[in-house]
Amino acid sequence: MTDTVLKPREGSAAPLQTRQRTLASDVWRQFRQHRGGVIGACIFIAIVLMVIFGPYLHDIDPKALDVRAKNQGPSFAHPMGTDNLGRDMFAQVLAGGRTSLSVGVTAMILSLCLGTTVGVIAGYVRKLDGWLMRLTDLFLALPLLPLLLVIIMLFRDTLRKAFGPETGIFFLIVFVIGITSWMQTARIVRGAVLSVKEQEFVLAAKSIGTPGRRIILRHILPNVLSPIMVSATLGIATAIITESALSFLGLGFPSDFPTWGRLLYDGVNFLTINPSRVIWPGLAISLTVLSINYMGDGLRDALDPRIRGR
Amino acid sequence: MLNYTLRRLMFAVPTLLIISFIIFALLDLAPNDPTGNLPLTIPPEVRAQIRESLGLGQPFHIRYLKWLEQFFVNEPLNVLEKMTGIEIGNSAERLRIRSWATRSPVVDLIVERMPQTLLVVGMSYLVGVLIAVPIGVISAYRQYSLFDQIGTFVSMVGFSVPTFFTGVVLIVIFSANLGWFPSIYDTTLRVTDWSSFWAQVRQMVLPVTVLALYNAAQLSRFVRASMLDNLNQDYVRTARAKGMRERVVLLVHVLRNSLIPVVTVIALGVPTIFSGAIITEQIFRVNGLGQLLITAIQGADIPLVQTLTFIFAVLIVTFNLIADILYGILDPRIRYD
Repeated sequence: MTDTVLKPREGSAAPLQTRQRTLASDVWRQFRQHRGGVIGACIFIAIVLMVIFGPYLHDIDPKALDVRAKNQGPSFAHPMGTDNLGRDMFAQVLAGGRTSLSVGVTAMILSLCLGTTVGVIAGYVRKLDGWLMRLTDLFLALPLLPLLLVIIMLFRDTLRKAFGPETGIFFLIVFVIGITSWMQTARIVRGAVLSVKEQEFVLAAKSIGTPGRRIILRHILPNVLSPIMVSATLGIATAIITESALSFLGLGFPSDFPTWGRLLYDGVNFLTINPSRVIWPGLAISLTVLSINYMGDGLRDALDPRIRGR
Repeated sequence: MLNYTLRRLMFAVPTLLIISFIIFALLDLAPNDPTGNLPLTIPPEVRAQIRESLGLGQPFHIRYLKWLEQFFVNEPLNVLEKMTGIEIGNSAERLRIRSWATRSPVVDLIVERMPQTLLVVGMSYLVGVLIAVPIGVISAYRQYSLFDQIGTFVSMVGFSVPTFFTGVVLIVIFSANLGWFPSIYDTTLRVTDWSSFWAQVRQMVLPVTVLALYNAAQLSRFVRASMLDNLNQDYVRTARAKGMRERVVLLVHVLRNSLIPVVTVIALGVPTIFSGAIITEQIFRVNGLGQLLITAIQGADIPLVQTLTFIFAVLIVTFNLIADILYGILDPRIRYD
């Protein structure tokens, strides 16, 4: 017996088809073609890493006051300057990024779970389809920003008492954003499920007696993963923007607990003295959202089998 | 078409009723007390009387139905009366929804604030559309050209950068450093002559620019996609084959067909722009509807918040309806029956 496993020759122009092609590698290959997507992903990963590990490298306490060094410009000790109480802006932006990003990710996960559940059920169970889609339409007709503001105004104090000022507001904002942003995901997922469930492999699974729950989990969900992933990516961006808008209107996190939106809001009053207080957090929000949007764009192209074939 | 319109209307009414119920219930079940901010020295009997005078004595469903009657019957009649000057029924006895903070009728407050919002929002939407259509057309016609690539990047930036940041940056550049435009919108300004007209234009420039850029970024992507869909159609080849000028093909044949979905998107975007204006009004201190809502929310002025939120909901439902019907009218391929 001779082992005749062909090794792909390095540097050859035509790659041999011996290496197994998986969906993930195909998607990755296509994603690399999308220049904007790759740059966006790099910037986003850089921002995430900086926000996670930055406070260990730049270890100034964001809440430490130093009134003698107030409203300073950028220097070696304070790369982004200081605010009117002498707090280091760079440390605050890093700390704010932790909150903003974790709000974005958590709210996205919540809205994704809600949207996927509603979408899958609506697509799979015909009896519930009409009702669930009515519900989705109803949610789409709600005036979201005013309602978000109202809900936060009404329930802020209660939750603050129950879970403490920071966790309470965090829960409230994540919950509120999650519950008001699942509708697009639900619609997309429902459409995908409707087309997938008519295919033969679902029929085959049904005919060997697979229970409905397992059909959904093992056969349908993996096949509708790509629209879910795209809306997950874009969901982070929307959640971050919503959170900063709420903070900017003064109805988000308290000011001793910085987020990017809150830093921006606090900086507006010192606009003429120290414009960098507004520019840095604003740039952080914009850059994050822009990179996420580009990443989502690239991901959408990479996951679309019609484009990937070319 | 009429049949479809009626059916959509039939669906819009329950939607609005459910939304109004959600808004009412949310504000009612909320764990806060409207007399909570009053001094603690007020004895409990007086406190109960104050609650009574605010209309909080009755059970929930009765208050909800009364509020509905108030919103859908009485207040429209009041507005109509004010506009036409004709007295309808017993208008002196008719109840008004009153703001808790100012004690004045909510509708009067809204009518007072409406023009500023309409002026700024309407103007910015118009400017946004006027910018977006040519950019979309050119970037679709010259796909992958330098113009298209720059346009794509700029529009991506345009809708990724939140309005509260663009607004603040514009203030830093144009009013703090250059001093070209005022950063605060002066509502008391009356346009009487050229100089006051010029002042009005100058104070509108920044808020309108912020909103217009944001809208143009979203719309131009849409115009581009829609133009690209149409440019590859057979009728375009036919038009070129029979020797029509390129300008006619592009601006008459393709553009007209591509604008059909764009018009519905424009209609769908009107309500979102109103809520987007909440933030812009806050930045530039325009005292319009959004600013009224924020002050009402901060002051826990429940009747005002209820009414304003519901008006936003009515706007959304109405413009969804308009978009659906417009699509049916403009595109003969769409048949609803």
